[in-house]
Order: sequence, then C-alpha cells, then structure tokens
Amino acid sequence: MSVSDVTTPSRKVDMNELLERLSTVEQRLETLEESQPDDMVALIVFSGELDRVLAAFVIATGAAALGQEVSMFFTFWGLGVLKKESNLAGKGLFEKMMAVMSPSNSTELPVSKMNYFGVGAKMLRQMMKDNNVSSLEEMIDMAKEMGVKMLACEMSKDVMGIHDDELMDGLEPAGVASFLGESLRSRTNLFI
Amino acid sequence: MNEVHYDDTLDTKGLNCPMPVVKARKKISELTEGQVLRIISTDRGSIKDFQGWAKIGKNLELLGQETVEEDGTELYLHFIQKTS
Repeated sequence: MSVSDVTTPSRKVDMNELLERLSTVEQRLETLEESQPDDMVALIVFSGELDRVLAAFVIATGAAALGQEVSMFFTFWGLGVLKKESNLAGKGLFEKMMAVMSPSNSTELPVSKMNYFGVGAKMLRQMMKDNNVSSLEEMIDMAKEMGVKMLACEMSKDVMGIHDDELMDGLEPAGVASFLGESLRSRTNLFI
Repeated sequence: MNEVHYDDTLDTKGLNCPMPVVKARKKISELTEGQVLRIISTDRGSIKDFQGWAKIGKNLELLGQETVEEDGTELYLHFIQKTS
C-alpha cells in the first residue's frame, strides 16, 4: 500500500475503523495482562510428615531463589512443623490428648512410610546428613531468611487446639480467602 | 580452553539441592550489574538447576558451564552474569 492510498477519502474511513479495532484490541490486551499470574508460588502444607514437609521446603526455597514470591499455608497436620513446644495449660481433654500424641516441634515429625515409632525418621535424617542435604530446620530458617511467607490456618489451629504461644514467631494468621487471594494470582499451586 | 571472565566465586562444594541455587541467589544480589559470578558445585543436578534458574530468574544470564575434575571428584562450574 502506498502513501497516496491511505490519504484518499475512501481509505480514510478504513483508517478510522482500523483505529477503532486497534483500541478494542488494546483494551482486550490490557484485561488479559491483568489476569496473568504473578511470579508467585502458593503451597498448602497439609501433611505433617518429615519427608513430605521437606519436599515442600525444597520447593519453597528453590522458588524463592528463582525470584518467586512464595507463600506457604500450614493447615491440619502441617501445623506440627510450626510448633516450637507443646503447652498443655488451658487445653481441654481432647486438646491435651491431641497435644500429647502429636509432635511438639519439627524435630519430632514422623516419616510417611517405614516410620517404626520414629526410628525411620531418625534414619532418614542421618541419611540426609550423610548426603549433605540440609536438615528441615535449616531449610525452615533459610526460607524465613529468603522472605518466604508462612501462614498458619486459624480454623485448623482452633480445631486442633493449638495456641499461638505453641507456635514459632513470625507467622501470619490466614483463612481460606486469604489463601485463595494469593493462590489465584500464583503460577504454581501445590497441595502437599 | 576459553576461560570465562568472572568477578566473584561462590563455593558450594558438598551442598546439595536446593542449596547451590539458594546460596547463589543471595550472592548474586551482592554483585553489581554486569558482574559475573562463578559457582563451584559438586551436585550433579546443579547443571540443570542453573540452566533453569537462568531461564526463569530475571536479570540473569548463564554465560557457560564447565565440568572439571579435582582430586577424583567432579566439579561443576557455572558462570552467571547479573544483567541488570
């Protein structure tokens, strides 16, 4: 198409139509860009077993290293990872039973297979050490240092009778809506 | 052998996944634009890890990777440039 083609009256109408279509495309592009996921990763840590939790922290620290904003939502058995101690004061009967029967901190987590009353977990920890894999506790510290957000589900805290003074510091309270708010914007969502 | 020029070195010998990448991320944040970090690793998985890191991580470029042998152990060298 030459320049004269564009300036002839009949072509001018086409130009207007073209501009209109262009602005529609621009608008649609803008909407599309807004709905693009951010550089975020959301993990739900439901399990309370050493091997599964370890997988969660390897992904979390790895993703943080890759420049992703990482959120970890701890719920049900996953809350055991965040405990620093069990405190029986002020608990009801079932809550006390739950506290006595579940790990009082991350070092007491069982393994999902071949636990044999904790022997399996000890063995796995030793094998990790022998293979120069960081311990779970080192990874938790590393994750915190790298700005991984750790959120504790309020509802499961209540259900399991876990009080704030039993959990480590620096956690954010969370519910399903605050999790979804982040997960909908995330590229990767995992339930572990 | 064409040597890649580098400004700083990070030794991650003995460390396993995900630590080489995690440590490298911290170290590279201390570098200035255009500088190159050499990472030494004994983790075989680090070859693919650093390729992935450079692909996803913003402001990074993988200039090269080398495998050398030292006292019977294989060392994996990665050269990463901070591009902005």
